[in-house]
Amino acid sequence: MKKFLFVMNNSPHNGIKLQEKLDVILTAAAFDQKVALLFLDDGIFQLKKGQHPEKQGLKDTASIFNALEIYDVNDIYTEVESLQERGVKPSDLSLPVQEFYRKDINELMQQYDIII
Amino acid sequence: MKYAIQVNASPNDSNMGYSAYQFIKAALKNNHEIFRVFFYHDGIYHAFKYATPPEDELQMTKKWTELAKLQGVDLVVCISAAQRRGLLSDDEAKRQGKVDQDLAEGFRISGLGQLLEATLLADRFIEFG
Repeated sequence: MKKFLFVMNNSPHNGIKLQEKLDVILTAAAFDQKVALLFLDDGIFQLKKGQHPEKQGLKDTASIFNALEIYDVNDIYTEVESLQERGVKPSDLSLPVQEFYRKDINELMQQYDIII
Repeated sequence: MKYAIQVNASPNDSNMGYSAYQFIKAALKNNHEIFRVFFYHDGIYHAFKYATPPEDELQMTKKWTELAKLQGVDLVVCISAAQRRGLLSDDEAKRQGKVDQDLAEGFRISGLGQLLEATLLADRFIEFG
């Protein structure tokens, strides 16, 4: 088993990159690998509560994040500065997150075998 | 060292695919092994058979085909990413009632399991783009 860290740094509802990344995440989890997610930069908006993309005919990616628990994906990390710079509080997010300061992200990444 | 490579960028939007190609050439020259190259996201645009850039420009699809033919590198295109963008293999074109297949020689179409397998069996995994 390898430890995978998926870096989520793109804003949601902007092309299909996020959906395709979620497919890789679910595949890794289905392969019984250790999977963690790190939300950085505009990627934090992927977890913002109260989105209704279906009203614009777009896919509701937030519901896929809510299903991650079923796949034993419970390590959800975010960066303090990414939230602060965008005026977002952890309580605005749809999943409980562990916060890391930017200076500690490097150390966090070093604990993983594969970073995607 | 055994490498798995993922290519995410199209040949026209950036040079990341070309960087991947150059890395692979250098790695092989230095007796490393390329376990697999996995084309995902817009990276699947490297595998279009009918891509016909002007002759004085980089011929990425041709370069990959040569790499597969001459050095036996396993080039895998993600099926879901490919179908989204209209790249179908022979089987899939028939199944979907389309007249032609678009996959260039040397590539094969398969699923995300091939990417996961590559990350698990290789010593190093590198993403381009």
